[in-house]
Amino acid sequence: MSETHIRPVPFRGGGFRPVAKRGVGLIVFVTLLALIEWGTRTGWISNLTLPQPSDVAMTLVDLARSGMLWTHLAPSLSRLAVGAVLGVSAGIGVGILIGLFSHVRAGLIPLVAALFPIPKIALLPLFVIWFGIDEASKYALIALGTFTPTVVATYGAVDNVDRTLIRMGQSFGLSWLSIVRKIVLPGALPGILSGMRVSIAIGIILLVAAEMLGAEFGIGAYILQAGALYDLERLFAGVVILSALGVLTSWVIGRLETRLLRWRT
Amino acid sequence: MELTLEKVTHRYGDMPVLQDIDLRIPTGEILCIVGPSGCGKSTLLRLIGGLERPDEGRVLQDGAPPPGCLNPLTYVFQDFALLPWRSVGGNVTLVLEDHRLDGDERAAIIDDVLARTNLSAFRNALPRQLSGGMKQRVAIARALAVNPAVMLLDEPLSALDAQTRELLMEDLVGLWARQPFTAVYVTHNLAEAVRLGHRVAVLSRRPGRLREMLEIDMPLDERGVGDARLDSVQQHLWHLMKDEAMAADQELLDV
Repeated sequence: MSETHIRPVPFRGGGFRPVAKRGVGLIVFVTLLALIEWGTRTGWISNLTLPQPSDVAMTLVDLARSGMLWTHLAPSLSRLAVGAVLGVSAGIGVGILIGLFSHVRAGLIPLVAALFPIPKIALLPLFVIWFGIDEASKYALIALGTFTPTVVATYGAVDNVDRTLIRMGQSFGLSWLSIVRKIVLPGALPGILSGMRVSIAIGIILLVAAEMLGAEFGIGAYILQAGALYDLERLFAGVVILSALGVLTSWVIGRLETRLLRWRT
Repeated sequence: MELTLEKVTHRYGDMPVLQDIDLRIPTGEILCIVGPSGCGKSTLLRLIGGLERPDEGRVLQDGAPPPGCLNPLTYVFQDFALLPWRSVGGNVTLVLEDHRLDGDERAAIIDDVLARTNLSAFRNALPRQLSGGMKQRVAIARALAVNPAVMLLDEPLSALDAQTRELLMEDLVGLWARQPFTAVYVTHNLAEAVRLGHRVAVLSRRPGRLREMLEIDMPLDERGVGDARLDSVQQHLWHLMKDEAMAADQELLDV
């Protein structure tokens, strides 16, 4: 074989494996903002289409300085907290019962499937009649909205718990309660937590919807007012706050996952 | 405590998997059960330990479990079945938590079984940090912790590589030599069967029937790799099984 026929074997592996790239997300974000800023300044994007990012930032700073940020944020956060805690805890409870008891499963899965696709916003007028115009109806809306996805995620997670571990528990004569507490619940935790990400995002969407109807303060009310006046800067300032809220809750759940699921690889 | 199986028959749906199995499991001996794949070995083990109910026949236990026994019939599973969120120590503690033991007793049991399986240094490690062999040692330690009357081992070494298997076989022989225990050991590996079994039960292919019961009259700790007598026993077992295994291999799985 002559010298010219010797060459390295071509590399064909690689790719198809997500690798963490730090800062890329930030670069995309900043570039997009810079592009909009440049576009709105030069008039390439009309200021009826999009507000100038720097103006939105100034609006946010003003909002924070005047103290109105907190006035709007505090009721929103408490609504989200109360509603989501009610919905998620009830959802986890019902989901576990569905996962553990065949009768509950047979009875409730169709009901949950029927409830899940209803746009909860459509029920808001009904909730106002049932629970009144103030906080209770908002809690109820957020609770119902977070409840159904949590139920579905939880019973799915319970179903996915390794049956050999449960069989092991039985073979060692562990009590039913021990098996549920020490094997089923920890085994279902990863699925429950990832379900919570979805539930809380839905909670934020419903929070805004609830506040658009009969709330004096709250991020949703703030956005509604701005929209009615076609005040794009304030509208976008509100939207930025909501995004930040979404990122924050997702980060909190991420922290919870790293803390509670340290046993995973 | 002795276990006896009387005319045990079991079906999955219409398909019989075990047919008229009569078996006696005497105290202090390791009984190996071998057979071609799909012959119902593992099902038989689940029946013996009460994880499944036989369709016909009975599994009887004769005599009381020895004092200090927390779980008379205790399994060691092929896939280890360790809780990934608990440390080595935590996995052993799990099976003691439902029993009324004071803290000192519990600690003494855990120290003892971890020492017997050479795991004392790994007490706080999580399962994902351990090799397969170490995981199975933890599962064996967990089984020893409840001081079983009969250990039921379901292909305990099948998920391990050949070298680790050899090491663990020596461990098991060592454990038995220091403190003889009763065990039913299901395997498809004939070398394991002749190394560890005082008696070897050969099952036919599905529906599994007891084809032959072999007694290997040689102390466990004298059996080594490449022993001529063991090799001839293994040859004999292979002849018994070869045709069955071939037939089983060519069967269409229709389950």
